[in-house]
Amino acid sequence: MRTIIQGLVGGVIAFIIGAALLGIVRLAFGLSFWGGEASLVAGWLAFVIGWLLGVGVWEYWVREWFNLPVKKFEATGTSRYFTFCTDHKVVGIQYLVTFLGLFLLAGLLAMVMRAELMAPGRNYMSGATYNNVMSLHGTIMVFVGVAATVGAFGNYILPIMIGAEDMAFPRLNALSFWFVPPVAILLLASVFSNGYDTGWTGYATLASSTREGVIFYNLAFFTVGFSSILGAVNILTTVIALRAKGMYWGRLPIFVWASLGTAILSLIFTQFIALAMIMSLLDRVAGFSFFDAFAGGDPLLYQNVFWFYSHPAVYVMILPGLGIALEIISVFSRKPLFAYKWAVFGMMGVVVLSALVWAHHMFTSGMDSPLRIPFMITTELISVPTGLVFLTALGTMWGGKLILKTPMLFALAVIFNFLIGGITGIFLSDVPVDIQLQDTFFVVAHFHYTIVGGGIFALFAGIYYWYPKMTGRMYNERQGKIQFWWMFIGFNLTFIPMFWAGLNGMNRRIADYVPDLGNINFFTSMSAFFLGIGFLLFVYNMAVSLKKGEVAADNPWGGYTLEWQTSSPPPLENFDTPPEVVGDPYGYGEPDAKHVIFPAPAATD
Amino acid sequence: MSTTTVHHHHQSEGNYSKLTTDRVGLWLFLLSESMLFLGLLSARFYLAGTFRPPELNQALGVGITSILLVSSLTMFRSEVAIRHGDQSSFLRHLLITIVLSILFLGGVAYEWSQAFTHFSPNTVFGTIFFSMTGMHALHVLSGIFLMLLIYRNGRSGKYSEHNHWSVEATAKYWHMVDVVWVFFYAALYLV
Repeated sequence: MRTIIQGLVGGVIAFIIGAALLGIVRLAFGLSFWGGEASLVAGWLAFVIGWLLGVGVWEYWVREWFNLPVKKFEATGTSRYFTFCTDHKVVGIQYLVTFLGLFLLAGLLAMVMRAELMAPGRNYMSGATYNNVMSLHGTIMVFVGVAATVGAFGNYILPIMIGAEDMAFPRLNALSFWFVPPVAILLLASVFSNGYDTGWTGYATLASSTREGVIFYNLAFFTVGFSSILGAVNILTTVIALRAKGMYWGRLPIFVWASLGTAILSLIFTQFIALAMIMSLLDRVAGFSFFDAFAGGDPLLYQNVFWFYSHPAVYVMILPGLGIALEIISVFSRKPLFAYKWAVFGMMGVVVLSALVWAHHMFTSGMDSPLRIPFMITTELISVPTGLVFLTALGTMWGGKLILKTPMLFALAVIFNFLIGGITGIFLSDVPVDIQLQDTFFVVAHFHYTIVGGGIFALFAGIYYWYPKMTGRMYNERQGKIQFWWMFIGFNLTFIPMFWAGLNGMNRRIADYVPDLGNINFFTSMSAFFLGIGFLLFVYNMAVSLKKGEVAADNPWGGYTLEWQTSSPPPLENFDTPPEVVGDPYGYGEPDAKHVIFPAPAATD
Repeated sequence: MSTTTVHHHHQSEGNYSKLTTDRVGLWLFLLSESMLFLGLLSARFYLAGTFRPPELNQALGVGITSILLVSSLTMFRSEVAIRHGDQSSFLRHLLITIVLSILFLGGVAYEWSQAFTHFSPNTVFGTIFFSMTGMHALHVLSGIFLMLLIYRNGRSGKYSEHNHWSVEATAKYWHMVDVVWVFFYAALYLV
């Protein structure tokens, strides 16, 4: 609690200083001291710095730069989750719990939208309110998609998997997480400024002309980018530099490869979303004209810069999920991962191609017509490396003796759902089809199948799979299975009809629709409520098992990867004896297969 | 929970020392940062092609570019000096670098005051000019902050020939800022 209070005090003081500094500059130019949105922006940027210094960057880090003694980290127990803790396992849990909270919140917003769409006409809210709810739902869910899985398991599991004792830069890791709380608060605070109605995409020129809530969105997206970039630097450096003895590149668990691909994407492309947000803000509050066609600017520039990040970002959302699914499928099929190298090629192929597809979001935006063809081809091409990952999953299961525990069920659902998401994606990449289906519910259904059906199902797979490792307790298997079937059926009943509605002309991001579509929407809403209720069961299972679950063994699933070769939960710095890797991580069913040994430590260390 | 821990980083596969790990991290960060500048550079040609207003102060452009390039050289000298444990040369060259970079910022500020009258940010070239030079100036400013920090620590003898990672990191950052400017200068003043 002290951490958070210090952060808030630091933030508020910095906000005042930042806004005042801008005020002084404004006075010098003959403007008023308080510049409205401009002062809010200056204040916010200062707030973030003050908040970070307050929560611990000053005490544990920056003091060192000034030759002052820094505090050493010593907190234990539950309280360390509320502090600037540098233990990667604490940071992982911080990410997981924070983003699960945001996921449930944004899910609630989805329920609000489905309530309004239950029947044609205006039912519960104004069109403006609906737009706010839709925008907030989208933005929060994108943040969840980008950061939840890789933030939680990339931090908690990845270092253990490669035999490291922590991330390469532990303080930077804590710093990356502590960007998140102010961003969440900022987004939610947009409500008090009447919200924003631009959707999560914040397109120019709507963003420069709509109400001021949109700058909350701009600043939140800009700020969360720091977290992504610094996190990516940390993951990449950790994998490059901190692998245990014998952990050659060809022996990396597939989840590590997936996280590596994700980190490359975040490292390279996140700068472009920061740039898009900066341009938007400059246009709006400082009189610049990037997107103002009257002054010679071009609104399409926004879409180019925005999607140059935001399309790769969807692979940031799905790649770690595919990695988790493959880990689980290998363990629960008791078979080696099929065509490991091709799965790695597939993931890296997705990373490379993702830089070449962004304009397929702009087929109807007025881009040069002939340019649409190459973007259609690259987009369709990306299904090839993705297909390699699919074949790896199928080949691993082929002839295996599948153990259908909850994590495996979720992993199988990832493959099933993502297939539907992927195939409908090929439809959408086709220019003539896209022109018809742009901004319809077909698109909504498509990306929910990929990001929720793939990414979020994989997040749940990972939670169930690693729950015993992270908490030292088993979850309730029966409840887990019920929750799986509840979520799987609810999800498909909700989103399959949306394809149909979209094909029949149901527009997205609009609170109303033609009366003909009443029945299908009513059905969709009921399914969505059913899906929503299912998450309560998940929360219940997780919360109760934390205290009352059976004590977990170190290796309840018989996994070979390193995180299962240490205690549940692992000790500080993960291993009592440094591990040495002697074979590949997926030798299930092979006689004498060995991934790791723990040689007795040398006498002098 | 014990706070004394056994570190076994030296047993990792690549035999990476802490210093090498730091270097990897820094290079990755610089790669990421350069993407931001690449975005701005692309926006320049996307919005305005190769258009360049005649009012640009070419003499000033050459002047501040030269100052910045020389500052990269003095920063390099400073780093080499500390690598050989030459404290006085290290501090002297660092101080010259700081002075040069402040001169550079002064030059940009003067150029801004001139530019406002010819192409304000509500014209398309002004938008490009002020955002590119502004984003770069922010990085110069943070570079000056870092240099002042290591100058202060250097005076109290914190760095030696075997322990000067902060100096090396600051120098690399500073070279990146300079390389970016070479591209920005060419894109704004020469095309």
